[in-house]
Formats: sequence, structure tokens, C-alpha cells
Amino acid sequence: MRNIFVFIRKFFNFFFFLVMQIAALYMLFHYNQFHEAAFMGVANEITGKVSKRYNNIEYYFHLKKTNESLAKENERLRNMLKEDFEVADTSAVLKTDSIPYDTTGIRRKYLYRDAKVVNRFLVFPNNYFSIHRGTNQGVRKDMGVISPDGVMGVVVNASENYSVVMSLLHLQSSVSGRVKKSGETGQVYWDGKSSDAVIMKNLPKSVPITKGDSIVTSQYGTYFPPGILIGTVTEIVDDKSSNFYVLKLKTATNFSSVEHSMVVENLQAEEQKKLEEAVKKNQ
Amino acid sequence: MSDLVRNIIRFVLFILIQVYVLFQIPPLHRFVVPYLYFLYILWLPFNMPRVGVTFVSFLLGLTLDFFTKTPGLHAAACTLIGYLRPFLINILIPQEGADKSYKSPSGTSMGWAPYATYVLILTFIHNFYLVLLEWLDVKSFVFLLGKVVATTGVSLLLIMITELLFFRKEKFRTNSV
Repeated sequence: MRNIFVFIRKFFNFFFFLVMQIAALYMLFHYNQFHEAAFMGVANEITGKVSKRYNNIEYYFHLKKTNESLAKENERLRNMLKEDFEVADTSAVLKTDSIPYDTTGIRRKYLYRDAKVVNRFLVFPNNYFSIHRGTNQGVRKDMGVISPDGVMGVVVNASENYSVVMSLLHLQSSVSGRVKKSGETGQVYWDGKSSDAVIMKNLPKSVPITKGDSIVTSQYGTYFPPGILIGTVTEIVDDKSSNFYVLKLKTATNFSSVEHSMVVENLQAEEQKKLEEAVKKNQ
Repeated sequence: MSDLVRNIIRFVLFILIQVYVLFQIPPLHRFVVPYLYFLYILWLPFNMPRVGVTFVSFLLGLTLDFFTKTPGLHAAACTLIGYLRPFLINILIPQEGADKSYKSPSGTSMGWAPYATYVLILTFIHNFYLVLLEWLDVKSFVFLLGKVVATTGVSLLLIMITELLFFRKEKFRTNSV
């Protein structure tokens, strides 16, 4: 017994190093569980506050770009108003059914909340950014985040006033995409190569596709409402060995200068998830 | 200014500069990531106990990890160089007692050639270990090789600029040996 203590004392430095190293590696490889750990939430609040301070200054340098993207979003939304459409034929009358717009909110599926981006990273293979909105303001894990221009990411951890968002530029991120023109769906990934390009896979070669086509979010994903722009096609790789295209997309969101985001809550996600899990259990 | 206060200020400055200046530079290429923060570990005083150096290195890495939301990644790399630092100093220190008569590793205290070797080796180990851990996700050999070389090059350039801009005067302390 005494020899063990002597041994430990002799190699104390090494053992201490080993313990620290194992602690670090444990955190790294159990990252998903670690997210929910309590002190990660506290760290989140502190880094969030520091980032907010820095962002107050940095925000000025992006004002022009931010204004432009917000104005463009306004233009797009205004063009979707029903008052913009009028039919010349008098036999066709535009009537608004009052029932789908009921005020009880039963039929609402997506709820949007504005959130300020306080910190962003682009240099890693796995990138995250922080937004200034947390559980106190209704943000929870697994909510989609969009920018005025398009898809940004998914919330992975929320503390009281700040949330951590897994960016689309993350090796494990995957968004269900749809070709806007034809409606065919595929999966959108990031290959870690460039901060403004993502890859779309699993798109059958029978689909007519040209450079410049828009890829939007599909109706199958639970995080994002259908029709949010992901990116536009810049390169079509014709893989001879398979029946699927590999598309290179330019992301709609400019990740290096994005300042405002919207957190999308899918109010019916829980019901859908419960139903799908029940089916899985029965099989 | 006492050593403790100086090192605490350095700790905060290195983290802030790394997070809000170097990481915010628009990425040139996916291989080029400007790392400078670990210079803090290389600048720690000679007379610090080895356990202390390892622990402070771990703290430095973990603090950076909380900003980048990658807990453990930088902490692992920092702990490794924090642990290896005393061995390297022992090998590279030129004359007997230089680690007693000077405060911390620098060009003047160790001699420029040994100091450069010390910086080069620790920078390489830090970046190699860091990229190796990232490589487990990326799984591409070109990524491993390219990123280690590019990142180490950029780090050395940044360290050189920092050493020239903030030249640390090392006083020779005669009574200490």
C-alpha cells in the first residue's frame, strides 16, 4: 500500500496531466450529453454577455449589409400579401375565410421570434454561434434558426438569456432540401471546405436542374417551415457511378456578417414526434 | 506589477484577442486558422510548479472552448503542451541556472536559437494534436497534413510579430542562484 502512494507521489505530475487530459477528451467525446450539463449553461451566460459587449461595437460595421438584407426580406414578404393579387374576372371573388385565421392559435404551426446574433465562428470544422435569446424568452433546444436571407442552423443548447446554435456550417448538420422548381427533395450537408458553400446529395438524375436553381427547405423537416431558401446551385457534379447528382450550393445566408436571426418554433413538432415514435415502437 | 496580476491580465487579453480578433478574421482557406493564445503557456514563468503549469494550461484551453462551444478540444491540446513544457526547457536551457536568474522563457533568457526551437516544437505539438482531434470528424489525410502545416506557419508568424511588438525585457537576477 505504501509503495502505491510513493509511486503516485513520484509520478504525480504525470498522473495530474493524465487526469486533465482524460477530462478534456471526455468533454470532447461526450459533447452532446455535455450540452445539457448545468455549468455549461452558466458558461453560456458569461460568454454570451462578453460577446454581447463586443457585438455592440462590431454591429456598426455590418449596419449597411444588415439593412440591405432586412429591406430585401421586407420586399419579399410584401410581395406575398394577398392584397397584391387581383383577378380581373368578376365571377371570381377573392374571399378570406375567417376560420383558418382563428385567434385561438390552434392552427398556427410556426411561431417566429427575433433574436440578435452576438457571436459567430467560421474557422472550425464544427461551427456554432450564439444568439441573445434563451429559455426566459421561449427558446428551447431543437428549434430552427433562420436569417433574413435563408437557413442558419438549429438551437442545440439554451441558457436563460442566450442560446447556442449549431450552424449549417457544421459537419453534423443536415437539412432536408427541395428543388424549388420541380419539388424533388434531397439532403443538404456541409463538407467543411468553404464557409459559403454547402453540398446537396441524394437528388435523382431524372430531375432537370440548371445552375442558379434555388434550393429551399422541404416540407419533411421538422425544424424549418417549407420554402425557406438554403442556397442556389453553383455546380452540378455528375457522379457516373450513381444515379444521384451531387450539387454544390452557394448559401443564401452570409454567415460572416449576419446580425439578425429568427428562431422558428414548430408548435406541432411534439405531436408529430410522439406519433412517429409510437409507430416505431409498435414495429 | 506582480507576476500573478501580470499573468491574469495576460490570460484575459490572450483569450479576448483570440476570440474577437483572430477568430473573426474572414477565413482565407479552411486550413488557415490563426492560433496565438497558447503563447500564454510559453510565456509562463520558470519557477511555476509543473502541476500549476498543467492546470493553468487546462484552464486556458477550457476558457477558449467555452467561447467556441467545443468543450475539451483546445483544453486537451493546451494540457499536452503545458505538461511537455518543463521537459523542453530542461533540454534546451543553455547555461546552468538560467532558469533561476531569469523570470520566464524568452530570447534573452534562453538564447534566441533555443527559444526558437522551444516555440517551434510546442507550436507544432499544439497544432498537430488539435488538428488530430478535429480530423476524427473530418477523416481526410490531406486535411490533417495541410492544416497542421498551414496553421503552424501562421501561428509562428503571429508569434514572431507578437515577440517583436511586445518585447519583454528580462532582467538578470544575480542574487537568486
